[in-house]
Amino acid sequence: MPLEIVFPMTNEHELQLDLERQGIFLSTVNRFYNWGRRSSIWPMAFGLACCAIEMMAFGLSRYDVARFGAELFRASPRQADLMIVAGTVTKKMAPQVVRLYNQMAEPRYVISMGACATSGGPFRDGYNVLRGIDLLVPVDVYVPGCPPRPEALLHALITLQDQIDRQKLGRVRWYGEGVKPQTTDFPVPTFGAQGLEIDGRLVDPVGGLPLVSAYTSPEFGEMKSGRLEHPEIVRHFPIMDPTVELEHPLKARGVAPEIAADDLKRGEVGNAEA
Amino acid sequence: MLKTEELQINIGPQHPSTHGVFRMIVTVDGETITDLKPVFGYLHRNHEQIAEQNTYLQNMPYTDRLDYFNSMANNQAYAMAVEQLVGIEVPERAEYLRVMMVELTRILNHAGALGFLINDMGMWQTQLAFGMREREKILDLFESASGARLMCNYFRFGGVVRDLPPDFIPRLKELLQAMPAFVDELERLLRENEILMQRAEGIGILPRDLALAYSVSGPVLRGSGIPYDVRKAEPYSVYDRFDFDVPVGTVGDVYDRFLVRIEEMRQSRRILQQVIEQLPDAQGGHINPKARQNVRPPVGDVYARIESPKGELGFYLVSDGSGKPYRYKVRAPSFINLTPLGDMCRGYKVADVVVILGSIDIVMGEVDR
Amino acid sequence: MPRLDATDLRERMARDLPGAVLEAVPLQVAAAPAHGPQPGAFMTSDTLVAPSRLVEAACYLRDLLGYAYLSDIAVVDYLADDLFELVYRFYHVEGGEGLTIKVRIPRDHPEVPSLTPAWPGANFHEREAFDLYGIVFVGHPFLRRIYMWDEFEGFPMRKDFPKQGDKYIGADE
Repeated sequence: MPLEIVFPMTNEHELQLDLERQGIFLSTVNRFYNWGRRSSIWPMAFGLACCAIEMMAFGLSRYDVARFGAELFRASPRQADLMIVAGTVTKKMAPQVVRLYNQMAEPRYVISMGACATSGGPFRDGYNVLRGIDLLVPVDVYVPGCPPRPEALLHALITLQDQIDRQKLGRVRWYGEGVKPQTTDFPVPTFGAQGLEIDGRLVDPVGGLPLVSAYTSPEFGEMKSGRLEHPEIVRHFPIMDPTVELEHPLKARGVAPEIAADDLKRGEVGNAEA
Repeated sequence: MLKTEELQINIGPQHPSTHGVFRMIVTVDGETITDLKPVFGYLHRNHEQIAEQNTYLQNMPYTDRLDYFNSMANNQAYAMAVEQLVGIEVPERAEYLRVMMVELTRILNHAGALGFLINDMGMWQTQLAFGMREREKILDLFESASGARLMCNYFRFGGVVRDLPPDFIPRLKELLQAMPAFVDELERLLRENEILMQRAEGIGILPRDLALAYSVSGPVLRGSGIPYDVRKAEPYSVYDRFDFDVPVGTVGDVYDRFLVRIEEMRQSRRILQQVIEQLPDAQGGHINPKARQNVRPPVGDVYARIESPKGELGFYLVSDGSGKPYRYKVRAPSFINLTPLGDMCRGYKVADVVVILGSIDIVMGEVDR
Repeated sequence: MPRLDATDLRERMARDLPGAVLEAVPLQVAAAPAHGPQPGAFMTSDTLVAPSRLVEAACYLRDLLGYAYLSDIAVVDYLADDLFELVYRFYHVEGGEGLTIKVRIPRDHPEVPSLTPAWPGANFHEREAFDLYGIVFVGHPFLRRIYMWDEFEGFPMRKDFPKQGDKYIGADE
């Protein structure tokens, strides 16, 4: 019987798994290194709001994150690998979050837990709420939910472990050669009269929309995406532009006529004392 | 005599024992505190302004996120305010269901709060794991009734959103059966530990007259010896039908506040047992079928308050006749309970700040709103 | 358990503190909508006190009537009526319903005497009202911003503070 050789190998990872099934254990430096790091991600004990309660449940007896090697919540950012942004980041708290992230040593990861940390969530339109922590620091894994269940956070941790597994020792940003997107610290915003400022320039006005774009995730280079997403401004546009003729007085405000008509119908409903 | 110098220390906003993003500027002389100034706003997420842009019903899930430990209690206060403003009647059965949920919340909150308190004293994680273990059991009950663990959003104007699942009452009975053992265990953890007792007894004393002048509420007020409980003082819902006691402390220190909370858990268990007895005879369904949810109250204002696990929680609503509240103000117990923090800490050591703060039991979502 | 209601309080206060109680004018609250039912004016049943005599009235409630528990201070911005209303709520320690006194001050000159020297519990309520509405409490020992940072200018909870975001589209109509 001829020896069956799998060739060409799709990648070294699959070959390795194949060999392991046959009882031969080999390892590469990459794999061993990643295995060590993925199994000991120490999060920072850093809770902001509601999600922090679920983060505690994730660390305590029932959900028991110790199964994934991440049970050691460190109070100091210097000893932590992972920052779980658990809750609403307000403009007053944003400088501290960035400062904590800057104090963490590489390799460092960020999980944005819950709707608020991801985009502002239900409090998105509050004057003091930052619309997503990725405006200031890059995020590895986003977890939806308000608040996400501990299982969802566990899943985020497993996703992060998968991302770590894919890293190549020679190419990670803190060892490798080539362009390093973030060699200096991330800029820490300061408090201004109108809102948050970076280098004296207003970046997030109180009661307004952010004037900076979000960072892409580290897998995509940790760069500023350059896209400002302000659907509200786009919808307000016809009003600001004097050359545009308005078909309908309500359309200018971004409300479709059929919705507005429906609104008027609702307006006719009387008092609800029944 | 040594010459000493005053030093300012910042505790927070990121600190493992500040119960959220809370900052204190502590002035110390050696180890002794001479002044303490709290700084808030790190979780000021504009609850009130956003609520003024929402319809009345849309605000219900937002109230969950005020004091995120006990969403059911917040729901009840808000539902009561709107019901008084519009004039909606609540069926008897719905009131019983509400009381049941809020009393479960009280047990849950105190189990967590005492866990954190002893955690702050240095008994790292053990006690917290005990408290959280019980908490998970109650959260399972909440999940079976409302569909969510933490942010239940269970109350509606005129009742609750759906009736109990069939296995709820047997599971609740089982939980109540096992509860005294757990509460005793919790109590023993502090009372039989010499080191912890030294950190609790005689620390953070808030005398009776100061407690009243500072208008603190909840276990902090009762720990100082004033038997003021909204459930007794101005009975709402069906609380006048239950037989329960209001525990009070004598000295007003950390230890008294601990004991008040322990005893309140036992009293909540008593109320729950009476609820289970009386629930089958209660009239009506889980919600008033005539109550509309997209309310448009007449012009006017209303203030409704309940005894939330943290203290007196009130909602002040002003209606301008439209479907959105014109003014929506939350009287948050955690926020006002922090007013005497400076006075309570003065003269004690830096290490006691954390314990005193833990004994007030704050939640930043409610302090900063 | 004391049984005083809003009418009793107005009568007693008018008798014991002459000149302190004002006649309440009905408030328009918000501009009348173009469609739907007209809301009508807001006529309060609570006691309206002259701003200059607020401390006196509050101490009357505490020392003579025994309503020593200052539960809440709320500010309402009545933009259409061009005034701020402050709502002070007091309770008796033995229980029962609370009593409310209200103070109306003009929007362009929002100043009231502070209750903090007499009532330490008013401290954070007043700082919150200063921070979010810009109401100056004369005599407050530490009147600084409480939620926003100190460098910030403007009072975000006022109805005329500029806002952007999904929720506010069309809100000013």
